[in-house]
Amino acid sequence: MTSQTKSLAPRKVSIRIGGAAGDGIASVTETLAKACSRKGLYVFAYNSYQSVIRGGHINMQVRIGSKKVWCSGDMCDYLVALNLDTVNRHVKDITPGGGIIYNKEKIKIADGQLPAGVNDFGIPSTAIANKFGKSPIMQNTVALGALSFLANFPFDAVADVIAGTFRKKGDAVVQANVGAAQAGHDYAKENFKKTEFTWKFTEEKRMFLTGNQAIALGAVAAGCKFFSAYPMTPASGILHWLALKGPKYGMVVKQCEDEIAAMNMAVGAGNAGARSMTATSGGGFALMTEAIGLAAMIEAPVVVVNCQRGGPSTGLPTKTEQADLFQALGASQGDYPKFIIAPTTVEDAFYATAEAFNLADIYQCPVIILSDLLLSEHHETIDNLDFSKVKIDRGEIVTGRPKGEYKRYLFTPSGISPRALPGNPGTVFIAGSDEHDEDSTLISDVFTNPKIRKLMMEKRMRKMETALKSLPEPKVEGPADADLTFVTWGSSAYVVRDVLHRLEKEGAKVNHLNIRYLWPFQSQAVSKILKSAKKLLIVENNFSGQLERLIRQETGISIPNHYRKYDGEPFGPDLVHEKAKEALALAKVPELVGR
Amino acid sequence: MPEILEIPKFKSRIAPDWCPGCGDFGVLSSLQKACAALGLDPKDVLVVSGIGCSSNLPGFFGSYGMHTLHGRAVAVAEGARLANPDLTVVVTGGDGDGYGIGLGHCIHAMRRNINLTYIVMNNQIYGLTTGQCSPTTIFGTQTKSTPDGSIETPINPIELALVSGATFIARGFSGAADRLAEVMAEAIQHKGFSLVDVFSPCVTYNKVNTYPWFRERVYDLQAENHKTSDWEGALKAVRQPDNRVPIGVFYKVQQPTYEELDPAFKFGPPAKQKTGLNAEDAKALVESFK
Repeated sequence: MTSQTKSLAPRKVSIRIGGAAGDGIASVTETLAKACSRKGLYVFAYNSYQSVIRGGHINMQVRIGSKKVWCSGDMCDYLVALNLDTVNRHVKDITPGGGIIYNKEKIKIADGQLPAGVNDFGIPSTAIANKFGKSPIMQNTVALGALSFLANFPFDAVADVIAGTFRKKGDAVVQANVGAAQAGHDYAKENFKKTEFTWKFTEEKRMFLTGNQAIALGAVAAGCKFFSAYPMTPASGILHWLALKGPKYGMVVKQCEDEIAAMNMAVGAGNAGARSMTATSGGGFALMTEAIGLAAMIEAPVVVVNCQRGGPSTGLPTKTEQADLFQALGASQGDYPKFIIAPTTVEDAFYATAEAFNLADIYQCPVIILSDLLLSEHHETIDNLDFSKVKIDRGEIVTGRPKGEYKRYLFTPSGISPRALPGNPGTVFIAGSDEHDEDSTLISDVFTNPKIRKLMMEKRMRKMETALKSLPEPKVEGPADADLTFVTWGSSAYVVRDVLHRLEKEGAKVNHLNIRYLWPFQSQAVSKILKSAKKLLIVENNFSGQLERLIRQETGISIPNHYRKYDGEPFGPDLVHEKAKEALALAKVPELVGR
Repeated sequence: MPEILEIPKFKSRIAPDWCPGCGDFGVLSSLQKACAALGLDPKDVLVVSGIGCSSNLPGFFGSYGMHTLHGRAVAVAEGARLANPDLTVVVTGGDGDGYGIGLGHCIHAMRRNINLTYIVMNNQIYGLTTGQCSPTTIFGTQTKSTPDGSIETPINPIELALVSGATFIARGFSGAADRLAEVMAEAIQHKGFSLVDVFSPCVTYNKVNTYPWFRERVYDLQAENHKTSDWEGALKAVRQPDNRVPIGVFYKVQQPTYEELDPAFKFGPPAKQKTGLNAEDAKALVESFK
């Protein structure tokens, strides 16, 4: 076997592992990613899976670098193929100089199937694995060992993670798995040449987690004491983590009969004074909307997480999309105050969730967090989360018997009426979903009281004006005089950050406006930034350009250059890069409506 | 039942706007009597309702209240109760609200055994929407939506509660308000989920199940030595010939409540716990992801 390895310049390295569901891909990938993360490298791992528990095709790509990694990339340097299907699907994506690792006893690669410069790292994995155990998943461990040699990655780190993973199952299982990895490593050493990647191991241990885990952590940090949910991909990770850990922090974690119950319970808990949250995906969010309006009407604080997936309807249960912005904007009947926040990264998901509880408490209204499958489910190495940055503001709460008459829905200049919690003396009120008076008396059926209705609507809506005065303004990342400004919301910021670095290295002047608060919309600040930009390119993961439309609605500015994607997969950096180059090359600045 | 001293405590400044003669008046006064008799403080009582004539009750009751969405009162109440188990949480509503649109929540609340009292004013008709058939409308009854008579078998809420795991199951009649108040007090005192189904006649739209209709048929289980600990006996007691309508307590059993089983409550009522995380816990959480 010829194994030509040219020295690859220090850069980010991508490893793709593919096979059928049930092949144990997630565990092998996690082992690799954790091992890298613990050596001080940055990792970004994305799982491209489908809604089957066994069979089908799934693949997970891990991108590793000495500096922050913003996306899993387009191509891979190493493909670990657990079946022939994976070879056929992905062999074309292997970078020349890299190679394919596979069980040569099980998979036959056709002559000429490997692209030029791609190495054949076939291993007799079954024979090697059988020495250590009968589980077919052991072959993955053999491949992992081989990979650690080929990519010049210290075997000790991999062995440590394997040992940690299997510790609970006893020494024999640990020894078998570490042994299989070692055998894979040794086989590769004897038969192949490795690539002399020059890794910089700082040994600095960083957090390695998913967006969902960050959301759950944000909730714990913010003192969320009630979480209700119905299982739905890709939001279930929040439920799983909180079910395990939440009760240790005094949090009631309730799996409900449906999303309607989940939302209504969260409203009930919020009104009773516990910080409360629910999480779902688009379909479940649709069921929650009536009760989101209830929260707005009774002015109960509540946080609702929508981890978007491809829609409409059941749509793409395991694929990513950002197409629920309009749904969030239009959730529930009537006009009502609400916040919509779209965090961009795992770190931001933590801080945004913690912030959401403050906004909900201060403004006594629902706060919607829009995540998506990419953000919620990918694993990433991050610089540590700073819990001390999480400040808690419960808003205006009346405690003890008030002087004079208490009016729950008092008309105030800010629109915020101090709230009382059930159990407090002298502040008894009815939280009514019907329109009501300042003292919470229902006026819905009172034909002659349009005046109160008008004042009450204005009081509620005034909370948004108040909020706009204190929300942090959107900022542009990068040089102010850039030739091109990217516009994003949510997880699309990832790929744009990746491409920004690439374009900067190429000498282009580019910057980035991310809209974090989708509602209330910071029209003035956004408008100012857009008007001062030379060229704009908006990148969003949906068909209709929902952010682009929202910007047009709120600022009158239309953005003609856009890159949209709705095939279920996250943006790859190459195409975004290409789109940016095209936009930069345009001779004339496209005319912006509303300038 | 203790002597009733303080009904005015639970009187609201709002007068009920139900039709004159509506059964719900009896339910309201019985609930006021029951809460007063138990010596409850209005600030510690939360009455949660859905939507419908009977769901207007919290507005006419002098305690904390929530008037929520059609069919969702039980879910909202579960959230409120789990957030603050120091509250006495009573859910009130109608048969359409509880056994129609909200039936799913109702069944799950029963099997969860959360400490709530659910009072259903069952008038076997949709009143507020002017007289359509409800899930408890008797087979053959003509209503606006069943002009030729209902062709569906009605739900028997007591039977449903028995097979759904409710730990306190009773029925009342608003025409027998004192007995109803006793049953309600017992239900509120019961630790766990209590269902009190109350025949509360709609004098405007239900011309079949009227006060005289019930007066001819109701009898008190407790006057007939019914054993409330006997589940099968309770099931038998539910099914009676058309001329007999049992009221009183069908079934009562003490089982651990949801609140007793969930470890989160050892830190105290969630709504009253200190909000936020200490530095040590935060550090441990960060480390657990490394």
